[in-house]
Amino acid sequence: MSDHTKLDSEIIKFIDECREKEHADSYLIAVLHKIQGKYGYLSDVHMHEVAQRLQVPSSTVSGVATFYHFFRLQPKGKYHISLCLGTACFVKGADKILEAFRSELGIELGETTSDKLFSLECSRCLGVCALAPVVTINDQVYSKVSPTQAAELINKARFEEAA
Amino acid sequence: MGQALHYYDALKQFIEARRQQSGLAEKILIQVGSATCEKAAGSDLVMKEFQKLIRASGRDDILIKQTGCTGRCAREPIVGVFFPGQIPIKYERVTIDRVQTIFQEHILQGITVPEFVLDKKTDKRYDYVITVCSSEKCRHTKADPEKMIMDALVKEGVPDGTVRIFGGGCFGLCANDQAGKQQVMMVFPERVIYTFETDEQLEEIIHSHFSQKQIHSKYLTQADFITEQFFSMYGDVSFFNKQTRLTLRNSGLIDPESLVDYVMNKGYEGLAKVLEKDDPSWVIDEILKSGLRGRGGGGFPTGEKWKNAITYTNDPTKYVVCNADEGDPGAFMDRSALEGDPFIILEGMTIGAFAIGARRGFIYVRAEYPLAIERLEKAIAKARENNLLGENIMNSGFDFDIEIRLGAGAFVCGEETALMLSIEGKRGQPRLRPPYPTQSGLWGHPTVINNVETWANVPTIILYGAEWFSRIGTAKSKGTKVFALAGKVRNTGLVEVPMGTTLKEIIFDIGGGIPENRKLKAVQTGGPSGGCIPIDKLDTPVDYDELAKLGSIMGSGGMIVLDESDCMVQTAKFFLEFTQSESCGKCVPCREGTLRMLEILERIVSGNGQMDDITKLERLSRMIQKASLCGLGMTAPNPVMSALENFREEFIIHITEKRCPSHRCAQLIRYEIIEEKCTGCTLCARRCPATCITGRPRQVHFIDQKACIKCGECFNVCKFDAVFKI
Ligand SMILES: Cc1cc2nc3c(=O)[nH]c(=O)nc-3n(C[C@H](O)[C@H](O)[C@H](O)COP(=O)(O)O)c2cc1C
Ligand code: SF4
Ligand code: SF4
Ligand code: SF4
Ligand code: FES
Repeated sequence: MSDHTKLDSEIIKFIDECREKEHADSYLIAVLHKIQGKYGYLSDVHMHEVAQRLQVPSSTVSGVATFYHFFRLQPKGKYHISLCLGTACFVKGADKILEAFRSELGIELGETTSDKLFSLECSRCLGVCALAPVVTINDQVYSKVSPTQAAELINKARFEEAA
Repeated sequence: MGQALHYYDALKQFIEARRQQSGLAEKILIQVGSATCEKAAGSDLVMKEFQKLIRASGRDDILIKQTGCTGRCAREPIVGVFFPGQIPIKYERVTIDRVQTIFQEHILQGITVPEFVLDKKTDKRYDYVITVCSSEKCRHTKADPEKMIMDALVKEGVPDGTVRIFGGGCFGLCANDQAGKQQVMMVFPERVIYTFETDEQLEEIIHSHFSQKQIHSKYLTQADFITEQFFSMYGDVSFFNKQTRLTLRNSGLIDPESLVDYVMNKGYEGLAKVLEKDDPSWVIDEILKSGLRGRGGGGFPTGEKWKNAITYTNDPTKYVVCNADEGDPGAFMDRSALEGDPFIILEGMTIGAFAIGARRGFIYVRAEYPLAIERLEKAIAKARENNLLGENIMNSGFDFDIEIRLGAGAFVCGEETALMLSIEGKRGQPRLRPPYPTQSGLWGHPTVINNVETWANVPTIILYGAEWFSRIGTAKSKGTKVFALAGKVRNTGLVEVPMGTTLKEIIFDIGGGIPENRKLKAVQTGGPSGGCIPIDKLDTPVDYDELAKLGSIMGSGGMIVLDESDCMVQTAKFFLEFTQSESCGKCVPCREGTLRMLEILERIVSGNGQMDDITKLERLSRMIQKASLCGLGMTAPNPVMSALENFREEFIIHITEKRCPSHRCAQLIRYEIIEEKCTGCTLCARRCPATCITGRPRQVHFIDQKACIKCGECFNVCKFDAVFKI
């Protein structure tokens, strides 16, 4: 698991570059973005390494990582569902879609199913309000989603996994 | 001539030469929208398909390029086809199949495909299109300028159906002293602008232009027409021609990644002017005189902010920051601007930096906007390559560079003091002001923070002058404002209108009204910090002070239209849920107060509300508004307060009758199947996401109320009206 491996050499190089710059500690968020981009989430081991390399207290790193919602502290599911909860999507019934996902998956926003297959997250307006409500699964965008379709998407994925 | 102008002229010549070389003017151009929203609608595939067809055709006179978002979201992806010397044709909702047809018929044979034309208004190709300014200012002159021109055409005997006439938005050409006297119109494909005062003059113009085929130079307006390019591409679409595109004028027109395109559209001319004049106080003065106010929500006069950054300090280190955190959950103006025209932001910031003497700038963008970030990165790199950022910009001796910093999904980081902490790499918790950022900002140095749209206005003001800018808008709100129009309205999308435009005009003239024959109920502006405006106040003009009077705010530009099926209690709860979850937790009134309010709203929507809950909500609201440390807390109760003020009755019905008049609150409704009507077709059972409907084929079905998640699917799908909602 990537948990126990050391940071990727590219990221280490990036950290080293940041250390050369004025206000090196201000690049902490940028470094965390790089790590999440690479590994999908921020593990304790990686955060610890960042603290050492960037020479900031570990508590600062975890403080920042937990403050910002964008940072994930757990791995994503194989199917990462992101539901737009922007105003337009809400007005067009995104709350009902959320309810459908919740009841189908048995998890709340921000959680991953125990089989690591699905994770559920919300996003804010993607700018495709005309297509509301909008759901993205991995990189695929689904528009005008109905509660039924939400349940179907899950079942289709489950079926594919089983097959 | 000084160094900067010299540099600019050389740059422009170089670019012009490159364009000549490419023979662009003689080629057929296909333009594909490529913003996030267009991509979500499938524009990448469209682009690839066109490229494939162009290659297969073996033609070298067909070019394809990407462009930003025009804001016509409901019709994306949009594809523009330009034949040299002809009126451009725009196609909507272009799919792979449509690409085939458009390519075969239009590109190869020159025949427009009317079924796919944007807004389907064009059933044929017209020889001429006339766009006439029909904004309020000009309207005072003549009752109906469109009719006036039509009459003149008929009188002249111009054949029916050869000319199309449109009433357009303010061109920004009229002079104050001329308002109400002059009429301005633009004629395509010649793209000339005439100004006239009397019917006789109009007839003279029509005679010359349409009968003698000669441009009538006597009434020709030479004025530099800022929105000309945009109007010549989109002036024949009603969604656009009621708008005035100042900050978005290049979006949907130029390739956002092309410095060449930007410079060809007057890009960097403003900066050259500033560096040439070499007088920071002149720049600040222009911005002050223009009356520009912040577009990020607060509406603070931009010129004053800049002045503050140099008046009270002699700190040599200063910063400028572009706030692109765009936190309103229903808005996407800034994202679209960054994706459609990143260079204008860089130019605006460079001008601002020169004015206050900053040598470093930051753009704080949400991480959720990857395409905007990518485009900004490319633009910054190109600007550096061309000596438009970095040391000795345009050989003027001025040094300035810009860095991008990413947000990480915290709404509160849009607040300026939190934003600065976030740039410093810390948790973004606001602090008390004063000191204001202009006194003590990033790392303790004076810092000017402005919103994306505010920066985007700067080059234009410098280029066309403060006096010109201050003519657009109302007494205290100058220029234009971009709104993200969404919700229950036909034409959702981005609209840019002069300040002073009424909400009614935006929703009905541009937005096309409410779909499905439903009734308009309210308009929400200002997102989680704003409020709702009921229908009897729709004549309110878009203006900082007028909207504030109604208990809403201009906000950053979110505009959500609600119809009779929307519940105001739910809507208020939606916004409060948002602010509550985004509260940084630093101060008690906001952290605990919003939580209490949310609990009360939860009670009301689930049928457990009590009458004194309303007074409790109001008391909490006032307390939170007064005692919170930052703007998030201070404005968090606004959506609830304004809903209570305008739709109190709805709250009372929820509480006393345990009923939701709009049938929106899940816990106050039930779905039931009427035995007599159910045919046992099984459709509802198959569709129910909670699989809580049982019944054998051709027998009556039943809903297990305990498992039902009230999604309404059964109600929507039953063809026999057997499901009813209580
Ligand atoms: C909770 C909160 C969120 C804000 N979010 C934004 C935002 O997303 N974008 C923005 O430009 N301004 C935002 N502001 C306003 C900024 O604090 C600041 O006033 C603004 O960026 C100044 O720029 P302007 O004068 O050009 O509007 C927010 C303010 C508060 C209190
Ligand atoms: S008002 Fe809310 S967001 Fe602002 S500082 Fe206080 S707790 Fe934080
Ligand atoms: S869809 Fe209507 S008719 Fe068909 S089984 Fe359901 S309730 Fe009965
Ligand atoms: S409302 Fe939704 S969950 Fe309830 S019975 Fe109908 S389809 Fe099933
Ligand atoms: S609110 Fe969901 S895409 Fe705009």
